[in-house]
Amino acid sequence: MMKKNVLGLFLTVALTGTAQAETVFVTLEKDNALAVVDPVAGKLVKTVEIGQRPRGIAISPDNKFLYVATSDDNTIKIIDTETLKETGKLPSGEDPETFALNPAGDRLYVSNEDDSQVTVIDIKHKKAVKQIKVGVEPEGITVSPDNLWVASASETTNMVHWIDTKTNAIVENTLVDPRPRALSFTADSQQLWVTSEMAGTLMILDVKTKQIVKSIKFDVQGVTPDKIQPVGVVIDKDRKRGYVALGPANRVAVINAQTFEVEKYLLVGQRVWNLAFSPDQKRLYTTNGASNDISLIDLEAQTVTKSIGVGTYPWGVAVKP
Amino acid sequence: MMRPINLFFQVTVKFLFIIHLFSSGLVYAEAKQTINIAYLTQERKVPPPLSNLDAFIPNKGVLGSELAVADNNTTGQFTGQQFVLKKFIVPLDGNVVDAFNKEIDDQYPYVVVNLPAELTNKIADLPAAKQKLLFDAATIDDALRNEQCRNNVLHLLPSRAMRADALAQYMMKKRWNKWFLVVGATDEDRLFADAIRRAAKRFGMKIVEEKAWEHTYDARRTAQSDVAVFTQVDDYDVLVVADEQGQFGEYLEYRTWSARPVIGTQGLVATAWHRTHEQWGAVQIQNRFKDQAGRWMEEQDYGAYLAVRAIGEAATRTKSNDIKLLKDYIFSDAFALQGYKGNPLSFRSWDGQLRQPVLLAAPRSLVAVAPIDGFLHPKTELDTLGYDQPESTCKWSK
Repeated sequence: MMKKNVLGLFLTVALTGTAQAETVFVTLEKDNALAVVDPVAGKLVKTVEIGQRPRGIAISPDNKFLYVATSDDNTIKIIDTETLKETGKLPSGEDPETFALNPAGDRLYVSNEDDSQVTVIDIKHKKAVKQIKVGVEPEGITVSPDNLWVASASETTNMVHWIDTKTNAIVENTLVDPRPRALSFTADSQQLWVTSEMAGTLMILDVKTKQIVKSIKFDVQGVTPDKIQPVGVVIDKDRKRGYVALGPANRVAVINAQTFEVEKYLLVGQRVWNLAFSPDQKRLYTTNGASNDISLIDLEAQTVTKSIGVGTYPWGVAVKP
Repeated sequence: MMRPINLFFQVTVKFLFIIHLFSSGLVYAEAKQTINIAYLTQERKVPPPLSNLDAFIPNKGVLGSELAVADNNTTGQFTGQQFVLKKFIVPLDGNVVDAFNKEIDDQYPYVVVNLPAELTNKIADLPAAKQKLLFDAATIDDALRNEQCRNNVLHLLPSRAMRADALAQYMMKKRWNKWFLVVGATDEDRLFADAIRRAAKRFGMKIVEEKAWEHTYDARRTAQSDVAVFTQVDDYDVLVVADEQGQFGEYLEYRTWSARPVIGTQGLVATAWHRTHEQWGAVQIQNRFKDQAGRWMEEQDYGAYLAVRAIGEAATRTKSNDIKLLKDYIFSDAFALQGYKGNPLSFRSWDGQLRQPVLLAAPRSLVAVAPIDGFLHPKTELDTLGYDQPESTCKWSK
């Protein structure tokens, strides 16, 4: 009896210690490469060539494939997560930067910045099925977990466009703070969180009314307001906390997702842009473009525990369990 | 005076509304609102070429306004606003004042002006201009932002003082404290030199030598013989050149008696926009502009782009085309224009100057962006460039 318990304890320790050794993939914009990182060991495992100017990255729901936007090749590449070999290409339209997968993993929505449009791709048939005209310089794009909405933010038009996934048509538009960069739905699909790079704000939009219900202005002591340029935003699945990358302010803001108070600013690497949770949501990974590393944040302790050098201009990040 | 416009609008609005209902199944069945913008310029004389390297560009400015109006209308399709740009290009021998009086009537409350300094104010002082808002997309004169300022004019490009301050901040950072100032023969060169002297004083730098360039402008002679002799002066850290037309400045670099960098109107230059600039999304507008214009974006294009975008931003946010509402919004704290230079841009309430970062560029690389790190200001570091509120001599009754 006793023995069993000890064994059980041992197993638990082993599980938390090594079995969760997820793999972190980081696109390196200036190295034309993909960095493969073992975050628990805290080291760069290898770097593989991927194509010209890789930026946006996402992983398929079954974790078998990575999608990587190689902007200067004008395509989104499909990469096998085991072999890291290219298995196909998607017709993304010109200069793909950011894109979003739907929850089922069979549709991909791409922002075509120079053409002011969103391209809808059928992944199975590797075909563009629709091009939707949006505002000037579309950037951030995301699909709601309930798969009802695609939200696309256009940076120069300063709008969030609400695209109905059934019709692939814009149903409504919400005017937001200048230069909206990234957006993310809460897990319950009730709220859309949108960052504004120029105003230094995070806006919370109610999905039902499509109106801004709360606006949070970031203010970091010792950092001038124009350095506070919010970009990436993620919210945990219990909607306890949200996290916003503040660009050249070199901080990640921790926001209470119930009260919308900013609880903390965590100092990370330089020009922090994109964020990704570990699969168990116990850690957060940040790409720091100017310091060429990623930071690892322990979310239980709310502290930055590691920074791992990855290569030149780390841009996007995806995590495989 | 506004009455005929209102009537005109009511009719158009009703008409468009009906069309809109039938032509579109979209949800935003708002009435179309039209914002009319005039663009006023005069053809320029082709200057004598310094070399055959850079062809004269006759349409600086206008292409920027065209890109901006297209951007405004992309937004407008979602807000029910339509922006119309009408260009008034006065021939070389034409009369700009007459053209303004006759053609730019009450239906154009917003006028983008690409004219020399003196003409800009002449237009601003016309009775017909009093009810309008003029966007100066070309001048860099400090006088127009100070003692000769007008309350119906906004200035999009950085003034000479802002440029000189940007250069001074960089030179200070590099500890190039001793300057050798070389001034050309034109009035503009003297104004640029004035701004350099002001910047030297402001940042505690020293002009150890100053000379007027009086030599020939012939490239073959100038380059080889004159410069070396001309630059034999007491020791200095950097040569600052004031030659806005580019008549001799290009021939200073690599030819000075001592090995010293050249900065000012040639060498390392201070500018609102440059083809080497690609940060903060700039590469996107550089690409969009080049696709449309077939050439690089020049400073006046950037000025005109921002002018029309400022009107668009104010109209979108206020959901209005009313000049009073738009002007109030433009001067409010809420106004934030995205200008692809990192910081949000806004207008200084005391002189109508657009506050903005200034690029410091070499011909093929962007060297720095001012304000340089470390130059602090209680309100915004952007106001370390040019005439700050306490220094301004602009007195306008808004």
